[in-house]
Amino acid sequence: MTTDFKLSAESEPPRLGKLSKLARFGLLGAALTVAAGTFAYFGGWFIRDDLTPARFVDGFEQVNGVHAGFRRNHAKGMGVFGFFDSNGNGVRLSQAVIFQPGRVQVIGRFSLGGGHPDVSDKPDAVRGLALQFSLPNGELWRTAMINFPVFPFRTPEAFYEQLIASKPDPNTGKHDPGKMEEFLASHPETVQALTVIKGQPSSSGFDNSTFHSSNAFRFINSAGDSIPVRWIMTPMQPFESANNASIPQDKNYLFNALIAQIHRQPLRWRLIIVIGQPGDPTNDATIPWPAEREQVVVGTLTLDRVESDDTSAATDLNFDPLVLPVGIAPSDDPLLSARSAVYSQSFTRRAGETKQPSAIRPSDVRKGE
Amino acid sequence: MPTQRSQFTVFSRLLHWTMAAMILSMLCIGAAMVASLANYHVLISIHRPLGISILVLVVVRLVNRLLNPPPSFPATMSRAERLAATASEFTMYSLMFILPLIGWGMLSAARYPIILTRSLHLPFILPHDVTLYAALRKMHTILAYLFFLTFVAHFVAILYHALIVRDGILKRMAPWSIRLKNTVVDQNSVNK
Repeated sequence: MTTDFKLSAESEPPRLGKLSKLARFGLLGAALTVAAGTFAYFGGWFIRDDLTPARFVDGFEQVNGVHAGFRRNHAKGMGVFGFFDSNGNGVRLSQAVIFQPGRVQVIGRFSLGGGHPDVSDKPDAVRGLALQFSLPNGELWRTAMINFPVFPFRTPEAFYEQLIASKPDPNTGKHDPGKMEEFLASHPETVQALTVIKGQPSSSGFDNSTFHSSNAFRFINSAGDSIPVRWIMTPMQPFESANNASIPQDKNYLFNALIAQIHRQPLRWRLIIVIGQPGDPTNDATIPWPAEREQVVVGTLTLDRVESDDTSAATDLNFDPLVLPVGIAPSDDPLLSARSAVYSQSFTRRAGETKQPSAIRPSDVRKGE
Repeated sequence: MPTQRSQFTVFSRLLHWTMAAMILSMLCIGAAMVASLANYHVLISIHRPLGISILVLVVVRLVNRLLNPPPSFPATMSRAERLAATASEFTMYSLMFILPLIGWGMLSAARYPIILTRSLHLPFILPHDVTLYAALRKMHTILAYLFFLTFVAHFVAILYHALIVRDGILKRMAPWSIRLKNTVVDQNSVNK
């Protein structure tokens, strides 16, 4: 048993007066308020209309509806597998293990932009290619690319504004063109970016699409030199122009064509690193870098297997563009941290839901095997 | 033993205050990062290694706690208060273990790499399972709030004793050493 020790030097403290007691309780209350308030402040409880990851994803859900288990953007997609052969040319640019000569395994996903998992394939829809490279030392590199040469929005706030402006009217089911005009009027950088995007001829399929990193990153080599870069995956399949005049009846024609092509032969892309020069914007994804910038081919991506989103392990991955190996670092582009945050929020929401079957079913993928 | 230690050992106090700073930072970083677009990446880059550091330190702390039992409670504490203090200590120790482990586990279940340094990666401790991830992710938040509430209870109790009861309880954990004059302790006061 324990009895208690008493500090004989400090016998009973003198009784507190009423006022003193009140003041001491006040002090206690103030300390408690400061502690709770600090926590609430960091949690953003005092800034109700700030754009948070949750509010961003709410925006996608307001525009597209909630499709349980699906990504809140790039909802329609299909898994792919393959490998990347590095030629060693990237070693001088980045110490990332992936650039040492050799082969690494790749899992990825082709997708269409937008939050509808059953959307019909269209030639002008945003095409996405997300990849995960598994490096031999256990590191992972994830990149989520699209077929636009520049990104239409400079900031996450602009992206969100445009998203909300595209929200369909509940009565007509169509978006209000006036709201979009209003958005474009206040975002000249988006107008300029769209001019660049429309100036690029659209290809016929996923196989002959060029995919871009969208954001700038930094490469750090073993000497510690840090350079700004963007990257491109350029198809080795010949370019064929998209036929905008007659869109095929098949609502999955882009995916079905890709399945048939991969069953015929593996598809290949060259990974090209574009090296930025001082003055090239790294914090503005809407602006293209000059065409004459040095380009280094660092290897070849081969994709030789497809799998439905219903069964592919890629479905359960978050292609967070900031999952980077040592040797690749984020730039000062504000979109990067925002993408990481919003992807994570979308991933967490869908992870807790029961997923409905995807548009591209396992039986579609087996056709022509 | 003629006199009993009236303060925690220097090492115990060092651990207490270091971890208090780490845990409070961690709770604030956690709350801030889920609400931020611009600072998300920076904050999560601190959150993960800091969480693992807390996990390492709590192992050290538990061993130290078993080797160096704390000084006994002051006489001013009622039975109920002692029970509450013991329960909150147990809760906080448990959370110091469980929260980082759940964090590590949920990242494993989602296959987010946990890179500490180039050559030091944590292994995945759970299979790739997003349903499991979703459950652990929710638990991570709930337990973090519980941790904050337990901290608030601890903080208020200590302030109440320091300001109102004035039994010198805070001196037990003061970061500096206090020489108490004529500290007389009953022979029976030593924990048996």
